[in-house]
Amino acid sequence: MEYIPNLIFAILLVAGIAFFTQNVRKLIRNIKLGKAVDTSDNTSQRWKNMIAIALGQSKMVVRPVAGFLHIVVYMGFIIINIEVLEIILDGLLGTHRLFAFLGGFYSFLIGSFEILALLVIVAVTLFWVRRNVIKLRRFLNPEMAGWPKKDGNLILYIELVLMVLFLTMNAADYTLQQMEVAPYVKAGAFPVSQFIAPLFQDMSVSTIILWERTAWWLHIVGILFFLNYLYYSKHLHILLAFPNTYFGKVRPKGQFDNLEAVTKEVRLMMDPNADPFAAPDENAPPPEKFGASDVMDLEWVQLLNAYTCTECGRCTSECPANLTGKKLSPRKIMMDTRDRLEEVGKNMDANKGVFVPDGKQLLGDYITHEELWACTSCNACVEACPISIDPLSIIMDMRQYLVMEQSAAPSDLNNMMGNIENNGAPWPFNQMDRLNWSKES
Amino acid sequence: MENELKVPTMAELTAAGKQPEVLFWVGCAGSFDDRAKKITKAFVKILNKANISFAVLGTEESCTGDPAKRAGNEFLFQMQAVTNIEVLNAYEVKKIVTACPHCFNTLKNEYPGLGGNYEVVHHTQFLKHLLESGKISMEGGQFRGKRITFHDPCYLGRANNVYEAPRDLIRKLDAELVEMKSCKSRGLCCGAGGAQMFKEPEKGDKDINVKRTEQAMEIKPDIIAAGCPFCNTMMTDGVKSKEKEASIAVLDIAELIAQVEDL
Repeated sequence: MEYIPNLIFAILLVAGIAFFTQNVRKLIRNIKLGKAVDTSDNTSQRWKNMIAIALGQSKMVVRPVAGFLHIVVYMGFIIINIEVLEIILDGLLGTHRLFAFLGGFYSFLIGSFEILALLVIVAVTLFWVRRNVIKLRRFLNPEMAGWPKKDGNLILYIELVLMVLFLTMNAADYTLQQMEVAPYVKAGAFPVSQFIAPLFQDMSVSTIILWERTAWWLHIVGILFFLNYLYYSKHLHILLAFPNTYFGKVRPKGQFDNLEAVTKEVRLMMDPNADPFAAPDENAPPPEKFGASDVMDLEWVQLLNAYTCTECGRCTSECPANLTGKKLSPRKIMMDTRDRLEEVGKNMDANKGVFVPDGKQLLGDYITHEELWACTSCNACVEACPISIDPLSIIMDMRQYLVMEQSAAPSDLNNMMGNIENNGAPWPFNQMDRLNWSKES
Repeated sequence: MENELKVPTMAELTAAGKQPEVLFWVGCAGSFDDRAKKITKAFVKILNKANISFAVLGTEESCTGDPAKRAGNEFLFQMQAVTNIEVLNAYEVKKIVTACPHCFNTLKNEYPGLGGNYEVVHHTQFLKHLLESGKISMEGGQFRGKRITFHDPCYLGRANNVYEAPRDLIRKLDAELVEMKSCKSRGLCCGAGGAQMFKEPEKGDKDINVKRTEQAMEIKPDIIAAGCPFCNTMMTDGVKSKEKEASIAVLDIAELIAQVEDL
């Protein structure tokens, strides 16, 4: 009988991790639907990016208030997780405060966790105020209506509850330690929860133990729940920010990929030795589609980008098109990409792992032509993203599809391209007049 | 303008058995747009005064393909690029300077993958080098005490991390360099990039160039300095729409320098 709690704990832990693993597998499968891309270059720069941008939060502090609050929650998350290790071992072994033997160092650890927990509570409250009371513009764009807004708040509530449970657990523990109840050995320092402890003063020992045990269990169950909530939430960034900053763009922002398939065609056209009447190779694979109309046409890093997006909206709040009332929102591009990818994934789940065409695609059903054509390719969104997401690359891939597969450019742009083709300039001027400026006074 | 400019072409120099130190890539705007041609001429005057051995391609130059690529027409871009690279490589060009950040970005970043490897600099970088090597002095004090703000071209700044060369030049004018709310890596686009220059904007509540001009007006500049012919057009139109053309001038860095050099 005495091992029942250990057993329940083990079952919960295994179930929580198993369910999470299953979703991670799905996540990886979906990301791999994207096209292959070589990321073996610039290894040292990639590691540096990951360390500075993800681990070091260097781009978060561009906006000092949100950046500072975020660092508090981030530190809280990383450091308090050391405590989770002890909780898991205690749960499995049926011990209590297994690391108490560390003595002074243990006190230091628990003391710092408590202070961080309090700071996290303050930060999370301020984050909530920014979203719901001050109503910052970037949290109110149309794409945030419904689930995204709820998701943002839910995460804050979960974090708040977890921190309150942690402090309640410690306060009850501290009270029991003072009363010298077994197995509550005197261990740890409680700079914050000692102020909650008086609430337990008049309770019986068994009631306090009930409080302590309840808070302890709810805390660890809450953490397992949160772990599994990630896949359904924008909060995946706490894990994916690391690979995403590693695989992010390492070339100058202005450098767009040259399409290799096009290069082949152009070389062939320019080759004087190519036989213009050559019969096409019958075994040749069907020609590659130019550009992207659906998630499978994007590269896997772009799909990783979509899952990593936290919907913070820094990109949209810097986008010149969005700032002047156009429909384009780089954040929506990322959210649409993820939503469509999830839809494709669910389709595969329902069809034994094979995607059955559903008559929908990212272009048109999620992202409109109007949004795509409003982009100035200024890279403000790419620069603004604190975790190296590149919405611009998706916009450009979809423009390529519109122009090269569908000839669906706005007529003004068709004129511009016609001019370049005919006379080597975007305007209808004769190429032979290119040097006339040198003779004009 | 008194004398005709000295503008040697690559064809002429090659015929005379000479090779210039640097090719000046004029670009389509610099060749054909009336406003941008003034920038081209100002820059050539500086090159002439500093005795720089340069040449242009003239009628052998063609669009880099940038607006086609940003519009999604990779075919047309690569056709343009391959043709231009053939010309540049035939003349054994090593170094290119251009006053257009779009040409700059494309030549510098996107041509190497197609066989065109050159050292490419923006004219503000080139001018800064002329100043440092004493080939221009910028001593005329026409802009002393003037409030000048620099509008970062996206394809020079964010796209290629060039922020300081134009600013160093403005400081050298003895002018008061003032920064707009959004500047450097967070600079607001003028609205022309990504082939927007050649089409009507999508429906919205304001044009981007007007928004940017309003940002500039907040800091009450005498001059909005630009480093891109398209930004120049957009900001000039923005200033006109606010009826401020009498009090705010929009000038390229090369034009500012040509003025202090009395050219």
